[in-house]
Amino acid sequence: MRLRPRKGPLVCQEVVELVTDYLEGAMSRAERRRFEAHLADCPHCTEYLAQMRATIRLTGRLEADDLTAEMSDDLGELFRRWRVEGDERPG
Amino acid sequence: MGFRRPDPAAVAETELVARLRAGEEAAFVALAGRHQATMLRLASTFVPSTAVAEEVVQDTWVAVLRGLDGFDGRASFKTWLLAILVNRAKSAGMSEARSLPVGDAGPAVDRSRFDAAGAWASPPRHWVEESEDRLMARGLRETLELALKRLPSRQRAIVILRDVDGLSGEEVCGVLRISAGNQRVLLHRARSHLRAAVEEFVER
Repeated sequence: MRLRPRKGPLVCQEVVELVTDYLEGAMSRAERRRFEAHLADCPHCTEYLAQMRATIRLTGRLEADDLTAEMSDDLGELFRRWRVEGDERPG
Repeated sequence: MGFRRPDPAAVAETELVARLRAGEEAAFVALAGRHQATMLRLASTFVPSTAVAEEVVQDTWVAVLRGLDGFDGRASFKTWLLAILVNRAKSAGMSEARSLPVGDAGPAVDRSRFDAAGAWASPPRHWVEESEDRLMARGLRETLELALKRLPSRQRAIVILRDVDGLSGEEVCGVLRISAGNQRVLLHRARSHLRAAVEEFVER
């Protein structure tokens, strides 16, 4: 499913499929050079890469909801049951 | 993976685990609070309903408490915990059986946006410098949550762990038992979908 890059310069449509490999540091040095050479000449792909980074940051802001009181109560009860179980355990 | 600085959250976590081992209920509730949202989100990617996901989370805590003596601290507590969760969720759900092929086939960006030579015909507009606070306040949070819910389950699991929860790629491979290559392909699909959702939100 990945575009298997041909030799020669990358085109934009290939670049957008390689962004994650680039961000993950999963490229060989040659691949990386080719990728960066395209970016140097292409403001649109540079923008695209910046948008992927922004998306990652924005996704990171979908932080955890706090525990509801009900969930805390349930967990407290679960814990106390476990302690009783532990006390009944031989040894 | 490179060297990681000891991070204060990890130190606090180790301390909570030690207190839990000493039998302190407050430490347990604090640990559960830290991980509950990720656990619920992750469990939901394997099972059909929120109710089942909640059961999986409860079961996981029971298993964690029972298995605490066996936790050797080689992995972080979080990855140990999440690996247990994934096991439970897989047996509760059927997602493995009905799991989608790795990565849906679609491209990262719709083909119609490129010309015949593969260059941008309809390039991305500039929005990355818009204030992220303002975007979130304007409703992007809801848009992103919805886009996340609509992702195929494995993509969703990976992006939750990587980008919402901040696990490393290596940790995610351990928790979900997938290869580094698969992890990357699925992450790519997921992030590409989410970027498109942000773009649509910003431009509407």
